[in-house]
Amino acid sequence: MAKGSIIRFDITAPKIAAKAKAGQFVIVRINETGERIPLTIADRDEFAGIITLVFQVVGKTTALMRSLKEGDLIKDVVGPLGKAAEVEKIGTVVMVGGGTGVAILHHVTKAFKEAGNHVIGIIGAKEKDLIILEDEMRAMCDELIVTTDDGSWGERGFVTQPLQKYLGERYDIKLVYAIGPIIMMKNVCNLTKKYKIPTMVSLNPVMIDGTGMCGGCRVTVDNKTQFCCVDGPDFDGHLVDFDELEKRNNIYIKDEKDSLLFSIR
Amino acid sequence: MFEQDVKYLKFKTYLNTYCPHCRNTFNVEKKDSKSLDFKAIYKGQEIDLRLSPFLDVFDVESSVPITEGDRVEDLKCPRCKKSLINKDVPCGECGSPVAELIIAVYSKLIPFFVCMKHKCTWHGLSKADENKIKLKIPRQEMPEQDQKLRVANYGEVPYGYTSELAVLEAGRCLQCKNPKCVDGCPVNIDIPTFVRLIAEEKFDESAKNIKERNILPAICGRVCPQESQCEQLCILGLRDKPVAIGNLERFVADFERKMDLVRIPSIKTKLNKKIAIVGSGPAGLTVAADLQQLGYQVTIFEALHETGGVLVYGIPEFRLPKSIVSFEIDYLKKLGVRFELNHVIGRTITIDELLEHFSAVFIGVGAGLPTFMNIENESLGNVFSSNEYLTRMNLMKAYKFPEYDTPKPRGNKVVVIGGGNVAMDSARTAIRTGSSEVTIVYRRSRQELPARHEEVRHAEEEGIKFMLLTNPTKYIGNDQRMVKGMECIRMKLGEPDASGRRRPVAIDGSNFVLDTDLVVVAIGTGPNPIIFQTTPDLKRNKWGYLEVNPETMETSKQFVYAGGDIVTGSATVILAMGAGRIAANAIHKKLSEAA
Repeated sequence: MAKGSIIRFDITAPKIAAKAKAGQFVIVRINETGERIPLTIADRDEFAGIITLVFQVVGKTTALMRSLKEGDLIKDVVGPLGKAAEVEKIGTVVMVGGGTGVAILHHVTKAFKEAGNHVIGIIGAKEKDLIILEDEMRAMCDELIVTTDDGSWGERGFVTQPLQKYLGERYDIKLVYAIGPIIMMKNVCNLTKKYKIPTMVSLNPVMIDGTGMCGGCRVTVDNKTQFCCVDGPDFDGHLVDFDELEKRNNIYIKDEKDSLLFSIR
Repeated sequence: MFEQDVKYLKFKTYLNTYCPHCRNTFNVEKKDSKSLDFKAIYKGQEIDLRLSPFLDVFDVESSVPITEGDRVEDLKCPRCKKSLINKDVPCGECGSPVAELIIAVYSKLIPFFVCMKHKCTWHGLSKADENKIKLKIPRQEMPEQDQKLRVANYGEVPYGYTSELAVLEAGRCLQCKNPKCVDGCPVNIDIPTFVRLIAEEKFDESAKNIKERNILPAICGRVCPQESQCEQLCILGLRDKPVAIGNLERFVADFERKMDLVRIPSIKTKLNKKIAIVGSGPAGLTVAADLQQLGYQVTIFEALHETGGVLVYGIPEFRLPKSIVSFEIDYLKKLGVRFELNHVIGRTITIDELLEHFSAVFIGVGAGLPTFMNIENESLGNVFSSNEYLTRMNLMKAYKFPEYDTPKPRGNKVVVIGGGNVAMDSARTAIRTGSSEVTIVYRRSRQELPARHEEVRHAEEEGIKFMLLTNPTKYIGNDQRMVKGMECIRMKLGEPDASGRRRPVAIDGSNFVLDTDLVVVAIGTGPNPIIFQTTPDLKRNKWGYLEVNPETMETSKQFVYAGGDIVTGSATVILAMGAGRIAANAIHKKLSEAA
């Protein structure tokens, strides 16, 4: 599936598919000179031995991945890594997703639905073309609201607006799950803090090995250093230092450009 | 002219030599060579004869060619012109007449004989005197890359011994009857034997001899802390410098590899049992080699995309070329060991699932969780754990960025915190990225630096500064949340602590700020939690490492063994290999008894 710059990969990886749980991720290295990048598992089919990855083309590796064709091989895929999302029957939950975060959210939503929860979904993106997995989400959610920044599809505005409405109207919401761009997760958390609703977020810091060895993915949660790859990637959103995460994720922007320029030359 | 260059005796020594008649010294020192000059009569003709500076050895040069087996008729002192021939003493080997010189060994004058028959090696010294002469051979250092040039490349720094240097160095060994060096070796290599074989120029046999005890000599020769193991106990070290055992080990292993003398042993018995090994570092590789040769089918599971563990992600190319590691791995593959990459045990497969398919499991995952200082602002950009910094540079080959995609961390003023080998590796890597200033900050004094002496020396030669008795207190960031400085405090050494080292104590009010734009924290590692998260029944000690029976390396779980850093905490390659050896023997014993 390729919808503009958002790509879907179905990868045959039986050992990973057999184990993967919602919220877990894999590390992918595309070729010999490639870097290791973390990608969250959007879905899995344990009988067919397939895992699904959905990602947006942002840098060199994802651009290279777009150029792969069906049947091509990926050099290394390792996983499933990270702790799985803690899913239990708690009542009503709101699943908030933005951009490609919806892909990950979709896997978690499925788990919450299967556990017997009443699931409200709110998904958003910049514009209509960047809304993904809407049908799949609609099939799983008891209620679903779609927003776009420019109003080209669904409601105009950010995901926080319908969320605020729900939080104001319904008193039975037990948990909010927010997965998407850092700024979105930060705003959702600021909102739910006011209503004292527990909120889980899935973080996506810079990572190398994904096994707790390098410490590159460290995030500050509750003023303590946590390693996203072994302690996460899901954390209590009210305790995460999002500003720090945002800055840390921007360290390599210049290198990323250099790397792309190098490959074009 | 001097055309002949023939090796005469077996080992070489720099000695002062004198004429027995006029006490003239024969030693002639030229620009970069030393020699002994004589007048000699050969076939009735007076010729110039130059013996090598290394006595008891005599590289011979002469003004006319001398045929092997021929006798020189007379040897004269060039000053008093008297003959040096001593008619009372015949050569102990061939009975030919001999010339007598006087040599000085530790202010004692001893007669030394040179057989007049060309190529005869007899010198008439007693074993005791010979050993005294050996003490006079200086320790041979390995030739190295130029200090200025090497900081601009990632090539290996020491070139290794030439065979001449190796023979010379091996000749220093006293061949003690009760060799202490062997006790100092965690895998008890038969050091005197392999050194003797080098002195006898039987390099191949020597390599095979080491390999009986150590499957990775090329690696251990490079990365073992010999000065605190075998070489620390060498008797020569009492009066002089110890035999360079590590350099010799490296030499024979390299010789064997380069000369293509490595042979794959044929495995006689095939046991119908499978062993799983978690982690392809030094401990795992040792267990794999041992058990595979005993006939087991061994599979190694590695979490990363490359085999070798710390040997590939941690130790830099300029200290341990990756081609050597992959050669050793290839050797295991040829033995029949299977490798499964990209398998995180505890996630992709659990220990319990492994036990369903394998007779025994060995955990050698190392101590892969970086320790931080836990001081203010540690999450600033460009503050790295040494693991991340070295993994980027070595495993991901960021030093070749942008040819390789992983970005290379760069800093102009780099600070490395810590005093171990990893700190030296990080600092020396940083200087190779073109940083203008690299400083090592260590809280104790120079004496306590835990790194190998050679690494400290190399670091200093490469222009790395040492700021000792200094401890960081916090990092200072700029508005982009990148590190721009580090506040430190001066330390002094107080009373000795439990480890016997003097405890560093902060000096109040001595805080100062060090400018930096890249910090590498190299203060050790802790146990990685992944395996424990899914195997809670593995018992751990108070530091979080695996608890094992030290005699068998078996964990609290039946048929699960462990060794290396996951048991001991950050230690050395050779200790991990030693633990692997113990575990391999114990696994074999247990499985044979069970059968």
